[in-house]
Amino acid sequence: MITVQSVTRTYGPFTAVDDVTFTAQPGRVTGFLGPNGAGKSTTMRIIVGLTRATSGTATVAGHRYLDLPNPGLEVGVLLDASAQHAGRTGREILTIAQRFMGLPRRRVEEMLDLVSLTPEEASRRVRDYSLGMRQRLGIATALIGDPEVLILDEPANGLDPGGIRWMRGLLRDYADRGGTVLLSSHLLHEIEVIADDLVVIGNGRIVAQGAKSDLLRSAGSVVRSTRCEVLAQALVESGVSFSPVGDDGLLAQADTSQVGEIAFAAGVPVTELRPADGGGLEEMFLELTAGSRRETTSHAQPEGALT
Amino acid sequence: MTSLDTPPETRTGAEDGRLSGRTPAGQTLSGRTPTGHHPTGHRGIPLSRITGTELRKMFDTRSGFWLMASIAILAVLATTAVILFARHDDMTYDSFAAAIGIPMTVILPIVAILSVTSEWTQRSGLTTFTLVPHRGRVVAAKAVSCVTIAVVSIPLAFGIGALGNLLGTAIAGVEPVWDVTLSDMLHIALANVLGMAVGFMLGVVVRNTPGALVAYFLYSFLLPGLSLLLAASQEWFRDLQPWVDFDFSQSVLFDGALSAQQWAHLGVTTVIWLLIPLSVGLALVVRAEVK
Repeated sequence: MITVQSVTRTYGPFTAVDDVTFTAQPGRVTGFLGPNGAGKSTTMRIIVGLTRATSGTATVAGHRYLDLPNPGLEVGVLLDASAQHAGRTGREILTIAQRFMGLPRRRVEEMLDLVSLTPEEASRRVRDYSLGMRQRLGIATALIGDPEVLILDEPANGLDPGGIRWMRGLLRDYADRGGTVLLSSHLLHEIEVIADDLVVIGNGRIVAQGAKSDLLRSAGSVVRSTRCEVLAQALVESGVSFSPVGDDGLLAQADTSQVGEIAFAAGVPVTELRPADGGGLEEMFLELTAGSRRETTSHAQPEGALT
Repeated sequence: MTSLDTPPETRTGAEDGRLSGRTPAGQTLSGRTPTGHHPTGHRGIPLSRITGTELRKMFDTRSGFWLMASIAILAVLATTAVILFARHDDMTYDSFAAAIGIPMTVILPIVAILSVTSEWTQRSGLTTFTLVPHRGRVVAAKAVSCVTIAVVSIPLAFGIGALGNLLGTAIAGVEPVWDVTLSDMLHIALANVLGMAVGFMLGVVVRNTPGALVAYFLYSFLLPGLSLLLAASQEWFRDLQPWVDFDFSQSVLFDGALSAQQWAHLGVTTVIWLLIPLSVGLALVVRAEVK
């Protein structure tokens, strides 16, 4: 269980994390979702005591992280897989963790086996590791103390599709056995598949949180029409909130039957009407974080064109 | 990315309010027995274990290993140089000790600097300070590790010098001269440990490998030079110099017994140039963000 209570962190005039409150429950995977620079990593660093909160508190298993006598046995942490001495071998990095925690030596080989790093790979220096191998090593370091809580910052970065599926299975199994998982990502699809609960952050503030199923349900319906403005007007009159999707679509906060009725009553031709399930969450994510995204609407296109 | 094309103004405010502040629906599962152990059931990490691990980290990279090995290698090279080039009547233990001492005074501080700065420059501190969140204990363990290295390597270097003295005089066919007393050795060892401590302090203050190395060479070569110039040109500084010039007050350690006043000089300069900046550095380390 992770509890974050009114945590704020400012750097001079800049507020990186602004009054963030959420909990990550045991037995569930909590997805921490937000665009780059939204405050995910800062929040995670505050939880594990690497950064001091300006105000507010964060506890893990009911204790401040600093008060945990041997934190590696209670919280597995992976914040940046590349933050390792490049000259050490993978096995040596695990051995250092094993020694700090006072674990039996065999845990090192067990973990290498678990994350599918071969003995030959484990003897290589981390300098020569791909990002995917570093992530596997980082996950091994997080799990070596058999903790009850996992805190992983963008762990899927650099993993190949097979690796992502493997990690998904591992975290699912871990949560099903009663563990708490807090997992961050800036990619919605990555989190959508694995998370039970979602915490969405933008510009340092929580913009949405709850069970994924609830958030999906509340994502509403996607409706497209050749006369979108008229439909929008009709929705406003019926008190249904909505947001635009593309040139001719709306994401309405109502189920499909209600939206259909409104469109029919307004005499508007509907070209598409469907529940906004998976895609709806993405639209919600883009929408909720629109005001806090680094790229503005006008910049998004040229950037996309360049890459 | 289509929704980025349209400005968000048309959005009504209601959805934010509806979505936020909802409690996660995890209550039904929270009654499950968690795997593993209870948070309060763990014992703390003893300082001896942190120190042992930190000591290991000083050897477990290629660069770290060769830096350590270079202490012995350079001692052997310096000894060989004395055997090859010293005049027969200069071939005393003192010559060997002096020749070995020069590389030691450079390498030991570098060892100390790297032990601290690599946590930041190589960013391994992210893991170290997550596993041992009380950073003061990590720094203390590193300090003990550095002193351990000094305690092992200084007698080793003296031993290599002694072998060199036996070998060199045997080759030259002269009687070996043992003109370094135990007290001299302890003074030299103290000077080396102080030099290492300065490196350690600069590592803690600067927390960046190239920066700390540059700072060390400024500290040990530029500052003494400036102090010397100042003493030569300014009358008022001449009497003050032993009290403020750390290098000057340390240099007497290589010249045999110290007077009470020389010990006082050493004590005062150690406080000014080592202990005060070290305390500042420690306060910074404990508070600084680890990125």
